[in-house]
Amino acid sequence: MTLMTKPGVEPLRIEPEAIEEAAKLLYIRACKILPNDIKAGFARLDGSETDATAKTILATMIENIGVAERLDNLLCQDTGIPIFNVLIGRNVQVDGWALKDAIAKGTARATREHPLRSSVVHPITRKNEHTSCGERVPVINIDFTDAERELRLEMIPKGSGSENGSFLQMLIPADGVAAVKRFVIDRVIQAGGKVCPPTIVGVGVGGTSDLCMHLAKVAATRPLGSRCTDAEGAKLEEALSEAVNTLGIGPQGLGGDSTAFAVHVETAATHITMNPVAVNIQCHSARRASATFTPAGIAIGF
Amino acid sequence: MTHHVLPMPITEAQVRALRAGDTVTLEETLYGIRDATQIHMFDHGRRTKFDLRGHAVIHTAPNLRKVERSGTNHSGYEAVCVGTTTSDRMERFTRPLMEREGVRIIIGKGGLRDGSLEAFREIGGAYLAVVGGAAALETTWIEAVEDVDLDDLNPESLYKFRIKGFGPLLVAMDSHGGSLYATVNAEAARRRQAVLEKLGAA
Repeated sequence: MTLMTKPGVEPLRIEPEAIEEAAKLLYIRACKILPNDIKAGFARLDGSETDATAKTILATMIENIGVAERLDNLLCQDTGIPIFNVLIGRNVQVDGWALKDAIAKGTARATREHPLRSSVVHPITRKNEHTSCGERVPVINIDFTDAERELRLEMIPKGSGSENGSFLQMLIPADGVAAVKRFVIDRVIQAGGKVCPPTIVGVGVGGTSDLCMHLAKVAATRPLGSRCTDAEGAKLEEALSEAVNTLGIGPQGLGGDSTAFAVHVETAATHITMNPVAVNIQCHSARRASATFTPAGIAIGF
Repeated sequence: MTHHVLPMPITEAQVRALRAGDTVTLEETLYGIRDATQIHMFDHGRRTKFDLRGHAVIHTAPNLRKVERSGTNHSGYEAVCVGTTTSDRMERFTRPLMEREGVRIIIGKGGLRDGSLEAFREIGGAYLAVVGGAAALETTWIEAVEDVDLDDLNPESLYKFRIKGFGPLLVAMDSHGGSLYATVNAEAARRRQAVLEKLGAA
């Protein structure tokens, strides 16, 4: 078993109880405090907006951020579908099954103990267990990083208004990148005010159908100011970011310049016969919270 | 652009006085309604004990805390966070809400479609935009969850809220064919070609 750890280095061991407490705390915190990059995004849009109605709406959104913090209340009534990203670094020891169970327990406790609205139902019977949990929910994405003795738990309450603005098309190579751009512009027009703009438009390019959709979600939920690590993807997101804000959709779809904080693109290699594109949209209440476990302790952030 | 203060309920004449672009603040009573509420009312034939004639409904499903029922609180709930949701999903319920229940005002975000606009014109109604995702602020306009009906659908029950200074809300669709969403959507469609050309994707 010595192969599991570096010789002489004690692995970081994380107990399920700590995960459960963190999951509960993060769900509630995410619903109440917007990340600094999103607050800065509001200030930037407010500074450049030229439409009077749009300015009023942005001012209301900014006021709401302050009210939520001052009254320790939820930013938005939609507690969303709970999503947890688990990023496991090197030399970390955790019982994976217990970790998944702990995340669900923490989510259910946040829902009952705060209380939060359980927005999660059975897809066919529509029965609500009032735990924000159900089959395969919370959504848990597990990945591995090269961070030494670190486990990062990210929580995203994904609102339904924007999640319903999700689209996939299996374009073909002959359609080219032009069709990818058209798809994004047309879906932003189609979504209009329904997705609670100003938004972060997440775009997945490449991969398989499911990976493409997942990439769009990763793109929609990464911090403002971050860039696609692929050079071509970065060029695409820059061009599309400028383009969507010339459509005039504006905050809440009531007109103006501020349709999106940004368009984010994530890419993956794809098949020689494929050219998939997906859009997943994040609303202006672009909520995130994170807990980073290291030997020094647990750091709470965004 | 006129600002209207409307103690609810209101008459047909009062709702027809609203014009797209005006602002409105509601007082006294507001009902909360949602997808499941209307699916059960109009697809499953369930009826509500509330008299909704002349009233406003908001597309919502609130976060609530259970409390003891008391003299003025018949619901057994207090508001934690009350906001709005995307109205478009509930488009097909606008007409029955107005025809069967007598509702005059629908509040939500993202707007409704042509069928609703036609119902507003024919019967006398309006759609008021409240800022989506600004629920912490909007909760401060709610004084109490006075009563509840169809509560097996929680959190998508039919709620009766006592409100104070609920607004300003923007008249986004009126009874004269005016729709700010239609105007914005037409403008976006008009700009599409130039946007695609600049992207080299026309």
